[in-house]
Amino acid sequence: MDASLLVIVVVFTALAFDFTNGFHDTANSMATSIATGALKPRTAVAISAVLNLVGALLSVEVAKTISGGVVDDARITPAVVFGGLVGAIVWNLVTWYAGLPSSSSHALFGGLIGATWISSGADAVHFAKVLDKVVVPAVVAPLVAGVVALLATYLTYRLSRRTSERVKDRGFKVGQIASAALMSLAHGTNDAQKTMGIITLTLITAGTLAPGSAPPLWVVLSAAVAIALGTYLGGWRITHTLGKGLTTIEAPQGFAAQTSAATVIMASSHLGFALSTTHVASGGIMGSGLGRQVDGVRWGVAGRMALAWVFTLPAAGLVGALAGKVASLGTVGVVAVALVGVAVSVVVWLLSRREPVRPEHVVDEIAAQAQTREVAA
Amino acid sequence: MTVDWSALGVVSGVSLAVVLGLVVLFATGLRAWSARESGGSVAAATALAVGCFGACAALVLFGIHLIVAR
Repeated sequence: MDASLLVIVVVFTALAFDFTNGFHDTANSMATSIATGALKPRTAVAISAVLNLVGALLSVEVAKTISGGVVDDARITPAVVFGGLVGAIVWNLVTWYAGLPSSSSHALFGGLIGATWISSGADAVHFAKVLDKVVVPAVVAPLVAGVVALLATYLTYRLSRRTSERVKDRGFKVGQIASAALMSLAHGTNDAQKTMGIITLTLITAGTLAPGSAPPLWVVLSAAVAIALGTYLGGWRITHTLGKGLTTIEAPQGFAAQTSAATVIMASSHLGFALSTTHVASGGIMGSGLGRQVDGVRWGVAGRMALAWVFTLPAAGLVGALAGKVASLGTVGVVAVALVGVAVSVVVWLLSRREPVRPEHVVDEIAAQAQTREVAA
Repeated sequence: MTVDWSALGVVSGVSLAVVLGLVVLFATGLRAWSARESGGSVAAATALAVGCFGACAALVLFGIHLIVAR
């Protein structure tokens, strides 16, 4: 296949991935605000989309981590990157359909590493860099967010004991909206970067850019727009799990949880750690659940989520390896991978249409739960 | 295989300090705001509340400035 045509295909696939990432992750920034009634779902999603766009333009550190050294750019071709991307997209769509907040980022790394490994050998993957910039932060950041959120929640409740109920209710809802906005901004600084990194990597492997280049402006802009569009159109299904399934959230708690997660993500983005924003957000929510009351986390749900996290990297790696192998066989391989990717996307979309979860349903669900609690009390 | 623990330490330390600072400021601001209604000096309570909220906003903007400036 003509190299430049393949590069164009990879660029569009990467932007599609970025779109699904926004789609997938709206929940992280807005779930708690929607759950506590601080924002209406549609408003929440619109704010989140705009701030994702802005966040994506703020920093390129994470993009440089990906384009500059996770894999050996001299030993892979755009076809391999394409295979890895398709692997990541397939995994993302399937977990989205299942309502699991797995990590788009880990799906991307898994796909890229798997595809590189199988087509160019294990030593084409820079495992030291992967460990330093991806794996260790993946474990540490959610824990940090959890501990910080725990302390922040405890302090928040402690300090507002003598605040009147009316002020507390309105005040923390406003605070929560601000923290949700920060979270969206943080998401843009970390997740849109991953697409920029992938496109830059592709341009480097195709010889268009010199190794070690920063992402060109058009790459930054298109990735920012793609994630914002995805955010705007996405995410009701996962908002469902994250908002109420994990732990029951009050406004002061949501405020503490999100401020913690957003701060950890932005500090990490600044140092080039390619985090999973999903994991950090979940860590924050769990920590704040514990900070409010010791039995404030539903460990069963949390355990299932952690399991999905652990599986994401290897599972997307396997899919990526398979797709990367086939794509590197030549034009026929690339076309075959593309067709399979499109087919899976269409099937998942059709399945999800059979039982659509719309914003109205998310709100109804919460109202119903509130009623159930009143009945129980 | 080297892991840059010091960078991770910086992320943890900065996050902890910033978040706890924000939370304390915001909660104190709300506490002062609600004190306006329960008697005492309204002007002092308002000034404290506004000061706290202003400090929150300044902290956030300074953080974003640090990220953009690099």
